[in-house]
Amino acid sequence: MNADRTVGEFALNRSRWGWSEMVFWLLAVASIFVFSDRYLILTEIAWLGLFAMSLDLILGYAGIVSLGHAAFFGVGAYTAGLLAVHGIVKEPILALLVAGLAATVLGFVTSFLVIRGSELSQLMVTLGIALLLRELANKFSNITGGFDGLQGISIDPILGLFAFDLFGKVGYIYCLVVLFVLFLLARRIVNSPFGLSLRAIRNNPLRAAAVGIPVNRRLVAVYTLSAFYAGIAGALFTQTTALASLDVFSFDRSADLLLVLVIGGTGYLYGGLIGAVVFRILQDLFSSWTPQFWQFWIGLVLVLIVLIGRERMYRGVMWLPRNFARRFGKTKPAAMSDGGAS
Amino acid sequence: MAALTFYRRPSRAAKLRPPQDDGALYGPVLMTTLFTILFDGVAYGMLLFVLACGLAVTLGLMNFVNLAHGAFAMAGGYICAILVNRSGVPFFVALPIAFMASAVIGLIMERSLYRHLYHRSPLDQVLFTIGLTFMSVTAVDYVMGSSQTFIHLPEMLQGQFNLFGIGVGRYRLMIIVICGLLTLGLQLILARTRFGSRLRAAVDDPRAASGLGINVPQVFALTFAFGSGLAGLGGALGAEILGLDPYFPLKFMIYFLIVVTVGGSSTITGPFLASLLLGIADVAGKYYVPKLGAFVIYTVMIVLLIWKPNGLFGRTAAR
Repeated sequence: MNADRTVGEFALNRSRWGWSEMVFWLLAVASIFVFSDRYLILTEIAWLGLFAMSLDLILGYAGIVSLGHAAFFGVGAYTAGLLAVHGIVKEPILALLVAGLAATVLGFVTSFLVIRGSELSQLMVTLGIALLLRELANKFSNITGGFDGLQGISIDPILGLFAFDLFGKVGYIYCLVVLFVLFLLARRIVNSPFGLSLRAIRNNPLRAAAVGIPVNRRLVAVYTLSAFYAGIAGALFTQTTALASLDVFSFDRSADLLLVLVIGGTGYLYGGLIGAVVFRILQDLFSSWTPQFWQFWIGLVLVLIVLIGRERMYRGVMWLPRNFARRFGKTKPAAMSDGGAS
Repeated sequence: MAALTFYRRPSRAAKLRPPQDDGALYGPVLMTTLFTILFDGVAYGMLLFVLACGLAVTLGLMNFVNLAHGAFAMAGGYICAILVNRSGVPFFVALPIAFMASAVIGLIMERSLYRHLYHRSPLDQVLFTIGLTFMSVTAVDYVMGSSQTFIHLPEMLQGQFNLFGIGVGRYRLMIIVICGLLTLGLQLILARTRFGSRLRAAVDDPRAASGLGINVPQVFALTFAFGSGLAGLGGALGAEILGLDPYFPLKFMIYFLIVVTVGGSSTITGPFLASLLLGIADVAGKYYVPKLGAFVIYTVMIVLLIWKPNGLFGRTAAR
């Protein structure tokens, strides 16, 4: 009983909204008005952030390294595209959910393959599944349109009220709302006892099993959830760009995603979102530098991050805000030590 | 066919007539086709083995996931292409140079970068080697252009000759001979020499091996260099069959990984058999069920990994 209460208190303390989180989302809302000429890039950041958050759920919270997360993204993208082309589900939000569920089913089925075996075979199986799906999409070109992608995707107004406009304002607000809702859900989940048990598994699967956590079932659950998120991200991509081509399954997409998450940091949900912003800015910078060869610099960033060491990099980045907080905001560290003591 | 994920010059098997064309010759033609597929498959498989065995050792020795292994192969291929096409160096002289150059690149990379990462998490290793792969792909694209590069082969290696009614490609025969000799040589080095026993000891248990006075980092650096050299040689030999362009490391990454995971990394026979299996299955799959393409390979790999997560022939794929 007592242990339950302390765990509950701990979880509650962790799930309290801090001021930095509120600032983050206020900035996101402000971006609608401030960068009114950059909606396309902002939209891209929004779905990329959601996609990275889905990887964070398995990598940061459960410790599963995936080289083929684009599989779920692609399934979501194609489902949304096919639904729109054939007019099966016209309403975007409903189509979004259907696409997410399609990815969920795939995630559930493949999770049993992924959680078995060593890290190397995890890498292999995830990579293999993404390649397999790409090959399938290529072979069934009568359905998917093959290399040219799906033709003639047109998206109906959201809820029948808000039509997607040329500048992408509606699209961006739509992505942002979906992102925020799914973020709230993820935040609730990772701060629940379920989320805590995932962290225990990541830190030491053997010990987690010894204290009575059903390791495999938890991993299946979180992998499936992550697939759902990735599917939604893919569907958002298709709905806002009216595109779905083989490229959605590509290895580069999965690899870039790892970079996005690593830039932002794993295991606190905001990593994917911050990473998406930084990644997109970097990508823009690199492609204005050397249009064809921006991937070289992306590779260099990856190499440098690893050589510097991820931990050290975050400490370096956080030094300024921490110093700032220590000097001016005496309340914050005190509150944190309170939480630790109780 | 142009829409294949993995571009390859159409193999001879794909160009053969389908067996049901003439009724009278059905039996013999079927047999010849089978032999041709087998022959091409073995050549392809042996090539894959030379390309991937360095990766198997890296993985077995230090448990290091080197996704950039294909970059060394590509380096060897391009060095050979530049030497033969631009400087007019004979093909058989260019091959050992490609081997040496890739080995030296491998040694430098190992000593300067890789060795810092042996004790890092697999995520770090994966990120690092993906970064290296991206860099090598775009760097080669920048220097050499993104189109396919072909190596001018000497006259004596082109075309095919008739052996008991079966057309045997000269180039593929040479690949089988060279790669077969290399495999034998590797097996002998590993089984009979002092270095081989040191290497095996270090693979089995690095801590105990270093306790016995074996200089494990040195063994590893040499092995890494040798494996990179072999990959470079494989890249040079394979330019004709696999195609050589800047995306080589990304295209064949999955093939190398299949060889290593299916074959395991404790012996050299495991990856060898796995490569042969993969080569034959790929060529046969492309010939008999061209519609499915690489689908067959991926499915076989996933099924194998589920059935035996530690590899078909190996004790442990990764510790």
